[in-house]
Amino acid sequence: MNEHYDVLVVGAGPAGLAAATSAARAGARVGIVDEQARAGGQVWRHDLTRASARRARDALQALAANRCIDHLAGLRIVAAPDAHCLIAEGGSGARALTFDRLVLATGARELLLPFPGWTLPGVTGAGGLQALVKGGWPIAGRRVVVAGSGPLLLAAAATLRAHGARVIAVIEQASRQLLAAFALQLPHWPGKLAQAVALKLRLAGIPYRSGSIVRAAFGSDRLEAVEVDDGRRRTRIHCDALACGFGLVPNIELATALGCRLDETVRHPHVIVDSLQRSSLAHVHAAGEACGIGGIDCAHIEGAIAGFAASGDTRAAQALFARRAHARRFAAALAVHFALDQRARNLAAADTLVCRCEDVSLQSLDGYADARSAKLATRCGMGACQSRICGAALRELKGWSRDISRPPIFPARLDSLALARASAILPSNDHGTNA
Amino acid sequence: MSETLRLQVNGVVVDVPEGANVAAAIARVATLFRRSCGGEPRAPLCGMGICFECRVTIDGGTQMLSCVTPARDGMIVCTDE
Repeated sequence: MNEHYDVLVVGAGPAGLAAATSAARAGARVGIVDEQARAGGQVWRHDLTRASARRARDALQALAANRCIDHLAGLRIVAAPDAHCLIAEGGSGARALTFDRLVLATGARELLLPFPGWTLPGVTGAGGLQALVKGGWPIAGRRVVVAGSGPLLLAAAATLRAHGARVIAVIEQASRQLLAAFALQLPHWPGKLAQAVALKLRLAGIPYRSGSIVRAAFGSDRLEAVEVDDGRRRTRIHCDALACGFGLVPNIELATALGCRLDETVRHPHVIVDSLQRSSLAHVHAAGEACGIGGIDCAHIEGAIAGFAASGDTRAAQALFARRAHARRFAAALAVHFALDQRARNLAAADTLVCRCEDVSLQSLDGYADARSAKLATRCGMGACQSRICGAALRELKGWSRDISRPPIFPARLDSLALARASAILPSNDHGTNA
Repeated sequence: MSETLRLQVNGVVVDVPEGANVAAAIARVATLFRRSCGGEPRAPLCGMGICFECRVTIDGGTQMLSCVTPARDGMIVCTDE
């Protein structure tokens, strides 16, 4: 089975939703494909028991009401057999999606750094626990420590508290000085300032410890306590959950599989795009976090630019350039003020696992020059997550560039791979007539 | 008022609200989702289908990501032991 679109958007978060609605405005036949059952991505993830933000509701309603857009829900892209075809896998099998133009709105994932005890049940990402709780994970009455770095910690803590968790503390590695400097910048972005004030109110009474880090998690077969280091003292906190994440990294695996050029000079590579959000492949656009971590405003604006550009409305795209520049300046300020302190990179002990999929410890990686040679000898990065977790961590811990050149894009079923092979062999102008 | 879904997790009956994912159902009765290749107990980490720590067996299908799979009435879910 095969569906052909003028514009196919991968990812139904803020960037993808903006791209799809913008492309549809120009009259294109649009598909938007996402692994989740409901649109919204991470930041606009549907919360089972709480109302969504107004912007999220509006975007989702615009999607549902638009008959030019096919929402392909519950489908994960596993292969890119040719330049105009992607293989999507879902609960009921694999599908070939073909397109004239593609918009990559693949978003970001959390940067998760290893520390003793990080593999214990009960230790999650900060956005990770927020996502789980929105999906019904039981948290009411449980003691939670939120830790790591970035504004995401505040948003996660607020969600957890709203679901009845007892948030014991928020442990932020950035120093008090950097946080104060960041706060001074906020008036340039009044919307962000308002958001920050609102979050602070929602977190009233919860200690916010700057210049602090969780050094270790303890427990026998599940988390029981964490140790916090504030630079002077170490304190043990008994808790049921540790929600710990150190910021975001772009999801660029699909872009890589397609052959889009990445900026590899930065710590965590992102897709290189021009002013119209075009990648190095003329028919592939990218927007939002995939182009560099930028937050929701960048995602929304760049998604719109990409959607307009992909459907030929260059003028509408250009009209958004100034707003994009303003949003990207906020992203730059975030990166500067929440930059990782070296302490966060030195938490892992010799026997701390770095690769969770293949149980490879930090000391096993001694003596290798790069990720690929370490992988061949130790299996680090060869497991199910395909180095999404350990690869980003090792970029921080050892400076190693991630080795991500092997398909498939995600672990895939044999029927998906068979469809990928068939789609690659058969001529690409046969779209719509293949079985 | 949303519907309640009834599933089995490791033989135990679990109720979750409609729209919940399978991981939320498992978390009500278990802390271990899978054992790593070294025998360690593991549970969801990333919450978004990236880390693959939440893999369980759902209706006989193995290696299913519970954090991105919507719960359905009558599902039979098995974690590692």
